[in-house]
Amino acid sequence: MAVETQAIRQPLSFSVPAVAAAGGFAGIFVGTAQGSALLGIFLGAILLAGLTWLAMAVLPERQERMLRWAMILGFALVGALVGGVPGFVLGGLFGWFFGWFVYWIGLGRYRTTLPPYLTAGQVLWHYGFRVLCGAIFVFLVTPILVVLPLSFNAENFFTFTPEMLRFDPAGYSLKHYRDFFGSSEWQQALRNSLLIAPVATLISVCLGTLAAIGLSQPHVPFRQAIMAILISPMIVPLIISAAGMYFFYSRIGLQGTYAGVVLAHAALGIPFVIITVTATLVGFDRSLTRAAANMGAGPVTTFFRVQMPLILPGVISGGLFAFITSFDEVVVVIFVGSANQQTLPWQMFTGLREQISPTILAVATILVVVSIGLLTTVELLRRRSEKLRGMSPG
Amino acid sequence: MSTASGPVLAADGTPLKRSLARALRVQKIRALLLIAPLLLFVLVSFVAPIADMLFRSVENQIVAETLPRTTKALRSWDPEAQELPDEAVFEAAYYDIFIAAERKQHTRLGSRLNYEQTGMSSLFRKSGRGLDDIGEVYQDQFKDLDRNWDEPEPWVELMGAPSWVAALQDWEKGQPLPPFALRDGVADLLPLTAREYALFARFTQQEDGKSPLKEEPWTAVHTALYTDLAAADLSGYDGPRAEMLRAADAAVDAPGFETVRFRDGFAEIDEDWLSPDVWRTIQIYSPAYTSGYFLNAVDMQKTPEGVGLRDERERIYGLLFKRTMFMSLMITFSCILLAYPVAYLLANLPMRSANLLMILVLLPFWTSLLVRTSAWKVMLQQQGVINDTLVWLGLVDDAARLVMINNQLGTIIAMTHILLPFMILPMYSVMSTIPPSYVRAAKSLGASNWTAFWRVYFPQSVPGIGAGSILVFILAIGYYITPEIVGGTTGTFISNRIAYHISSSLNWGLAAALGTILLGVVLVLYWAYDRIVGIDNVKLGG
Repeated sequence: MAVETQAIRQPLSFSVPAVAAAGGFAGIFVGTAQGSALLGIFLGAILLAGLTWLAMAVLPERQERMLRWAMILGFALVGALVGGVPGFVLGGLFGWFFGWFVYWIGLGRYRTTLPPYLTAGQVLWHYGFRVLCGAIFVFLVTPILVVLPLSFNAENFFTFTPEMLRFDPAGYSLKHYRDFFGSSEWQQALRNSLLIAPVATLISVCLGTLAAIGLSQPHVPFRQAIMAILISPMIVPLIISAAGMYFFYSRIGLQGTYAGVVLAHAALGIPFVIITVTATLVGFDRSLTRAAANMGAGPVTTFFRVQMPLILPGVISGGLFAFITSFDEVVVVIFVGSANQQTLPWQMFTGLREQISPTILAVATILVVVSIGLLTTVELLRRRSEKLRGMSPG
Repeated sequence: MSTASGPVLAADGTPLKRSLARALRVQKIRALLLIAPLLLFVLVSFVAPIADMLFRSVENQIVAETLPRTTKALRSWDPEAQELPDEAVFEAAYYDIFIAAERKQHTRLGSRLNYEQTGMSSLFRKSGRGLDDIGEVYQDQFKDLDRNWDEPEPWVELMGAPSWVAALQDWEKGQPLPPFALRDGVADLLPLTAREYALFARFTQQEDGKSPLKEEPWTAVHTALYTDLAAADLSGYDGPRAEMLRAADAAVDAPGFETVRFRDGFAEIDEDWLSPDVWRTIQIYSPAYTSGYFLNAVDMQKTPEGVGLRDERERIYGLLFKRTMFMSLMITFSCILLAYPVAYLLANLPMRSANLLMILVLLPFWTSLLVRTSAWKVMLQQQGVINDTLVWLGLVDDAARLVMINNQLGTIIAMTHILLPFMILPMYSVMSTIPPSYVRAAKSLGASNWTAFWRVYFPQSVPGIGAGSILVFILAIGYYITPEIVGGTTGTFISNRIAYHISSSLNWGLAAALGTILLGVVLVLYWAYDRIVGIDNVKLGG
């Protein structure tokens, strides 16, 4: 933005009520937790109005840092008196937030990132919209984040115990992780998952990459129909695939065998490989293979020395998709597999449905860490691939 | 310039057109060869199972296979007449069910027919045990006449070909049994007995691996013998065991011989056999293919008057389909509501912050489905995190904790969360192509904020909404895991019912029919998706 918007000190008639309103809103929660919402609103508004007045009208601007620290400490102390350790932490957070908020409103800092011509309503909408989006992001991430601390629960509960909220070390333990690593059932499930997923991935990546190269040739008869068939495992609901595979595989004696599960999972992973690899091949410069052929390389050499290195990022991320599909798959394995092929997700599924044990949360945490690793890898590969093809600076 | 008028030639002298066509053909074949292995793989491992499922939804060979004679005899019976089928049908059913019971197939048939009429299962189970009573009447009388009728060897000599009898006498345990062959002429003399004895002998040899020399024949063979002897005159017979047979013939024709009507025998086992409904059901379901499963899947059934709706109390699938539709629509709708602002924000932020926030969208996308489902189970429980927080804040009374799990609400919340990334990503990719200058231009022409959004920005973002909605709807309609865990009884989908029929009630035909209907809906949506978005344009992970 070429035009810089200056932060203008707002009049007290605006900043005091604005901050007081926020204080009242926060006061609702503190108030209800202590028994009276109305009192909370009232006290919160009064307190924040006073602090704003103090910051804007009494203290000079250079005292900002001092006042903000004072607010953090003050709120934290009050919190500790009312609610112990969690109160202390929450109070500190409140103090930090309002310290920042008082100056952000009072000195008009909220306008610096916006064009100067916006009306007050537009500014309000701008920030209101962000708060709304923030709430949706919270909805997206909270369930995953809640699982992580709960997996260190010392009790067999699925909720935060008072000890955990007090940050008492006795409330935390690695008990559920020990259960996971010590139980032969879970270990067997882990081994099965680690056996089935890589083999299925290997099959879908090898066949899928070949087919994707074939599909990206300029003249392919029945291209649409073939593509539709190859993508169909992704579109057909899993329960239908599972039902069909169960019927058919029991006819041909594959039901309840590793081969059956691997076959089924490879079929489910194929669409992902096809999609990512064909997407990579769209940007592939075909004159490179012609150049290689021109210089005497056979088709195999051309493929491994010229084409493969360039489409490798796409192949790997397709493979990761196929891997996670198999690693994460429950429905098909329940029907196609038997007790010997119990995978990690299957074990979690039975755990959730029948005997609820918090070991599931430990497994979930491990899986979240794994998926963060996979996500990072895929993102890095995508950027590298785009950089190789010169599509974006990354 | 004489060459100018002829066809253009390639370097090797062939016409260029043909040469090019050949090159093109080689290219096509090479492409197909690259695709072929995968195509074959998918056809075998995925398309064949789906085809198998479609086949099973109409397949109904079990009735005709288990009761071949009965279904044939029933063909001429008129179900409208409210009369029982004649004695021939009962006789055919006697022999069919007898052999089915020996093969232990009568219970399978019973449970198959039980899907159409309750009570059939127990009826067949009882009959499998009870049919011996009919035959024993004859067996006992023959035995009283001559103890040999209860011994295996006379029967072998009477019915078997001499070569087979000789081979059987030489047979020792461990060796393969000689294949059974009927003695010449016995099939003309005693047709029914020959048929039943052949069935018995083959069954004993193949299924039990025993020698018919050591096993006394089934009571059904004695019944057949009575029927044959009553019809035939054996005074001229002089084959093996002629005396014994002639004596039996004389006894059967004598007035004091006790007989049982098959119909009375069936009635003895269970009065239900005297209800025309049972026979009507067998007759309706005797063809090898049936629409019965599909009718069942839409709460209908075959009646003598044609196809009709089931009783009000028995209609569950219409309700389930409606619920699946309703909940999938709710989930799609809440996904649109939540995804639109987020996608808008991501598309309008600078690249760096957008990429950072995108991680928050992709993290759930990459996290295991079961992790997210278990997280929601933890959050939504009555003793769970959300309720605890609300109670702590004082918004909810401890005694009146919210019920958010094991109902529709739980399923909708959890599935909205799980499917939200599938809505955000297509919306984002459409919105990031909308030039921001359009909205600015609209505003500079005097449009209000709302008009500029509603008339300029929103119409351009509709393709993203469409793509995301179809994707989410397709995924939602076939979901199984999440409804199973957080749905309780009121929040389950049609897919849960399919799984139930496969693994618990074992009504595979109905499961296949329900799956076929669901598949049809999904394929229509897929076709629409392909038309709107194009399957090549599916993007993964942003």
